Amino acid sequence: MSRPAVSPKAAVSPADAILSVKNIEVIYDRVILVLKGVSLDVPRGGIVALLGANGAGKSTTLKAISNLLHGERGTVNKGAIVFDGVEVHNRSPNELVRRGCIQVMEGRHCFGHLTIEENLLTGAFTRHEGKAEIAKELERVYSYFPKLKERRNSLAGYTSGGEQQMCAVGRALMSRPKMILLDEPSMGLAPQIVEEIFNIVKMLNHNEKVSFLLAEQNTNMALKYATYAYILESGRVVLDGATATLRENEDVKEFYLGISTTGRRSFREGKYYKRRKRWLA
Amino acid sequence: MDTLGPFLEILIGGLLSGVLYSLVALGFVLIFKASSVFNFAQGAMVLLAGLALVRSLDLLIGYGFPVWAAVVLALVFAGGVMALTAYFAERFVLGPLVNQDSLTLFMATIGLAFILLGAGQIIFGSDVYPLALYPTDAWILLESVFPGGILVNKLDIWGGVIAGLLVAGLAIFFQRTKIGRALRAVADDHSAAQSVGISIDWIWFVVWLASGLVALAAATVWGTKLGVQFSIVFLALKAFPVLIIGGFTSVPGAIVGGLLIGAGEKLAEAYLGPFIGGGIEYWFAYVVALLVLLVRPQGLFGERIIERI
Repeated sequence: MSRPAVSPKAAVSPADAILSVKNIEVIYDRVILVLKGVSLDVPRGGIVALLGANGAGKSTTLKAISNLLHGERGTVNKGAIVFDGVEVHNRSPNELVRRGCIQVMEGRHCFGHLTIEENLLTGAFTRHEGKAEIAKELERVYSYFPKLKERRNSLAGYTSGGEQQMCAVGRALMSRPKMILLDEPSMGLAPQIVEEIFNIVKMLNHNEKVSFLLAEQNTNMALKYATYAYILESGRVVLDGATATLRENEDVKEFYLGISTTGRRSFREGKYYKRRKRWLA
Repeated sequence: MDTLGPFLEILIGGLLSGVLYSLVALGFVLIFKASSVFNFAQGAMVLLAGLALVRSLDLLIGYGFPVWAAVVLALVFAGGVMALTAYFAERFVLGPLVNQDSLTLFMATIGLAFILLGAGQIIFGSDVYPLALYPTDAWILLESVFPGGILVNKLDIWGGVIAGLLVAGLAIFFQRTKIGRALRAVADDHSAAQSVGISIDWIWFVVWLASGLVALAAATVWGTKLGVQFSIVFLALKAFPVLIIGGFTSVPGAIVGGLLIGAGEKLAEAYLGPFIGGGIEYWFAYVVALLVLLVRPQGLFGERIIERI
């Protein structure tokens, strides 16, 4: 079978990376090794996707960066995380947000008993400008999410899934981030809404120069909107490359996009894939 | 008119004594809202605040300070003690238990209650200390309408005024300020609050401090009524039915619940007491709470659980 070349080069040179994760290992509850040495780089102003199946370690990687692991009894016990030129491993989430790196959690996590507008305002918690400045920021967020403006006074718990996802992204935007760690924005949403949200991500990236690290199961969507992608399997990066290359990669097509060019494959070839993965890992 | 006069007198007396339950319940609500911790130590905090206040007040007056200055200084001192308690509770008890089961946190507050009770009494003494911050004489109203008028205790009026101010202040704090909004956010979802950069340690400290200050306010009123003494802790138990009726997460609920319990138990004692031999005051609140639990578990004003389908 053909072996399309997978670029061995990193996404960017470390100098212009806004985020670089170097060989981190994460352990939950002191015994469960979840990440077994993950390295990745996000270029300044880029959109990078982190792909993989359930339990591959996508969310854990994001939480290790934003340091929300602590609350789940996970620890980063090896490696380094450099954000914007500063080693941020083990800084509090509060400090990371102030430095401009904010996470939008999987499953949206809006504050259900607060209105949409109050939700957005909590995103500005780390900012100490005057009211006028915050109000301006709010209008800016509404300009990206006109739907949220319509529903500004309804409780977030009563809004639709798509609106909640927009609310979560808008809330993160209120902190004026340099980078957003976006965890599965497509979860449980209709394809049309997913498209809408990815378009907004693209717009934010273009207009506001926000960099994105995007964890996704929707490989198709992620490969379409990101410029570079890493594929995680059981806590290791097994494949990475520019999305244009990955879209053409036979393995990615076969196992992540569900497109087969050669018809049915034999069991032996499946085994070959697995063996090769072990080598790469 | 003959029966209306005593009825009103009992009703007003009951409502105002209910306000005192509300004062204790308020402290519970604050902490429960922000951390879903059921703070068993609230009663101990009232006692500690009262002891710190009354002992420092006596000392200052003993040194010859003018009364107003002594009262202000003693209040500041007691406030400081509550701040220290808040710091201690956050740093050493709740902080290390973040994201644990709420039952674990509840058990931790039971431990905290005993530490506060013990430490408070070792430091400040364990006698009954009289406190006279408010006038306690009776006030007779509407003498021209009802024979003998309606007798109201001035202290109860003060209690009502203080509770009203606290509720108004807390409502503004929660609804209008940035910290208040962050508090509600933390109450809703700890990890999401962390993810937007709200620092949970700081919020929990603020909330324990606020509930410590509410405990201090409660202690001034209870202390004037009964003297500052250990039995104040048991009065805090009456806050449980108040909370069940009003709802654990509602500030107005704590007030309305207190009023209902206060008025209900006094009226029941006066009008049902003669038929079943009295003593109703002691269990009435708990029976009402039980009924409310059966019919409306979130309480009258509790937050409805929002569930999307």
